[in-house]
Amino acid sequence: MPASEKNATPMLSIKGLTASAGDLEILKGIDLDVFAGEVHAIMGPNGSGKSTLANVLAGRPDYTVTGGEVLFQGVSLLELEPEIRARMGLFLAFQYPLELPGVRAWQFLKAGVDARRIHNGEEEMSAREFDQMLKAKIVEVQIDPDLIKRAVNEGFSGGEKKRNEVLQMAVLQPKLALLDETDSGLDIDALRIVSEGVNNLRSPENAIILVTHYQRILDYITPNHVHVLFDGRIVRSGGPELAQELEEKGYDWIKDTVDAGV
Amino acid sequence: MTTSRVISRNATSSELDADYKWGFTIDIESDLAPKGLNEDIVRLISAKKEEPEWLLEWRLNAFRHWLKLKFQAPKWANVEYPPIDYQDIYYYAAPKSDAPKSLDEVNPEILEAFEKLGIPLQERERLAGVAVDAVLDSVSVATTYKATLEKQGVIFCPISEAVRTHPELVQKYLGSVVPYSDNFYATLNSAVFSDGSFVYIPKGVRCPIELMTYFRINQADSGQFERTLIIAEEGSYVSYLEGCTAPARKTHQLHAAVVELVALDNSEIKYSTLQNWFPGDKDGKGGVYNFVTKRGIAHKNAKISWTQVETGSAITWKYPSVILDGDNSVGEFYSVALVNNHQQADTGTKMIHKGKNTRSTIVAKGISAGQGNATYRGLVKVLPSANGAKNFTQCDSLLVGDKCGAHTVPYIEVKNPTAQMEHEASTSKVSDDQLFYCQQRGMSVEDAHFMIINGFCRGIFQELPFEFAMEASQLLKVSLEGAVG
Repeated sequence: MPASEKNATPMLSIKGLTASAGDLEILKGIDLDVFAGEVHAIMGPNGSGKSTLANVLAGRPDYTVTGGEVLFQGVSLLELEPEIRARMGLFLAFQYPLELPGVRAWQFLKAGVDARRIHNGEEEMSAREFDQMLKAKIVEVQIDPDLIKRAVNEGFSGGEKKRNEVLQMAVLQPKLALLDETDSGLDIDALRIVSEGVNNLRSPENAIILVTHYQRILDYITPNHVHVLFDGRIVRSGGPELAQELEEKGYDWIKDTVDAGV
Repeated sequence: MTTSRVISRNATSSELDADYKWGFTIDIESDLAPKGLNEDIVRLISAKKEEPEWLLEWRLNAFRHWLKLKFQAPKWANVEYPPIDYQDIYYYAAPKSDAPKSLDEVNPEILEAFEKLGIPLQERERLAGVAVDAVLDSVSVATTYKATLEKQGVIFCPISEAVRTHPELVQKYLGSVVPYSDNFYATLNSAVFSDGSFVYIPKGVRCPIELMTYFRINQADSGQFERTLIIAEEGSYVSYLEGCTAPARKTHQLHAAVVELVALDNSEIKYSTLQNWFPGDKDGKGGVYNFVTKRGIAHKNAKISWTQVETGSAITWKYPSVILDGDNSVGEFYSVALVNNHQQADTGTKMIHKGKNTRSTIVAKGISAGQGNATYRGLVKVLPSANGAKNFTQCDSLLVGDKCGAHTVPYIEVKNPTAQMEHEASTSKVSDDQLFYCQQRGMSVEDAHFMIINGFCRGIFQELPFEFAMEASQLLKVSLEGAVG
């Protein structure tokens, strides 16, 4: 079972995090502890700030952190460049993965793997070793090997891009994976494959934060905790049953309870 | 995998603290003609080379024509620079020693200098499979693998040597593609050209190795006016590469070269350039003015392919072109031009369709960084005789930062209704989102830029001979230093 005993140190500890995009305040005070071995689902209606939370943690320059503190593996995260966060094992599966025309997927992934290894004081991976590892991961996440021969996401369909994110996650083996609405826009088969990829990553050493609008991915991935984000704050936390309740009652139920000051 | 050549090792620059790693000077005595240009200088150059009378006449005709142009260099290009004082330039500079008869006789200092540039002139493993002609200032100092080539009847030697050993070929083809009256700089070159490479591939021969000329400007205040002539006889094939560097100097240096390619029926010439002349420092001080005329003529079923990676020079002005003279002939132009700091480039191509069913492809990629200004300028001309001519043109510009410029100036003249023209153009910026995506996978901003820019150029690098593609990519990386991150 997850090491969420009260005396353990969380892998990720968020305290009073506030952030804005331009003049618009989006996160209005987030508190969240994530322990190794846990899967947290962050749900909420559109515009509640759930994608912002994932992107702020990854260091996206579009957002300004206005307050609060985040510790990742004991290190203060918010001052670090995005690439340092990545090298420490923080991975963001993008909601809208970018196309990099002409950039070979192979080269792109190897650069990521090597950056992390060098950060950890290891040697770059040999081309041969990387090749074998990549081939194994391609099989594991059931992605079309031809996609990897093409440029990163260039001309990929929405579903292919999402699968490619899961492949990247499998290759990079992050400590903490943030999945930003990876399930949206996927058909049932793709959803199952993506979920398997996430479940494969799940281990006592890793943690996953699943940002999602819908409950259906939670049919495949059972979270330890579910949080509901509303207007930049976590207004409700619970176990998997909370997702179920949301599914039945809809987000209006949350809105009503918040408005009622419950 | 070969190691880098046109880029290479660290060397300290002589006068400027520039981030240009090829900036050292070679400390050798030079044989210099006095500065300035007049008939006597032209005669002196010709005499130094022991040239026949017809060539001296040709030079003098060029010089007299040049005088008529009254220093009116073409002004239509999108580049800016103060007027050049043509009387303040050395038109002839040569390492002081007799011409070496073999590699063993080459001045060890020169060998060492080229070694430092990553161009070993010994025939050995490292550059195995590539024959090199090394040109220092005005003269060719060494040519490797001569024996291997001679077996096939391939001639690869300094053009000054070809004038002596194969005068009939030189006389027949010199100026046949770029006449001395062609343009201001070509005219100047015709009057004072000192050396360059000469290549002749006999009928039906596929040249067994890559041919490479490495040009190096050393002497201060000297102009470099090399002239290259490549003749591919019927059914032959050759792949030729040129690389260029120069010391980092405060003053500008003039480089006005002419390259002529003659591709006879059913032959193919593949011509690749890695141009890394000193670009000037970050404030735009110094750097080479690269004003070059390159043109080829493709006869029946022949193919000429230009691939260029232009990262150096303060100013680049060049339009490698193909006259598609014979039916079914093919012309290609693949280009990456990168400008950083205060560099300016106005470059492109001309495809002149004369023969029937002639085809041309143009893919030009411009990268502008710093305060650099890059212009693609290209002409596709279809003459009335060119039934069924086809052209495809793609011009892509990539902007890095917000102080640089990219321009595309295509000229299309079609005089035959059966012609098919396609033109695509795009301008893009390395987006913050793309950079963040790369960073999120662990890359630094600098590496991310490099990866994206490299991807942008991928289609061009694929056209380079395999061992130079890697080098081209490294060259881009070095040239972008300081622009990103």
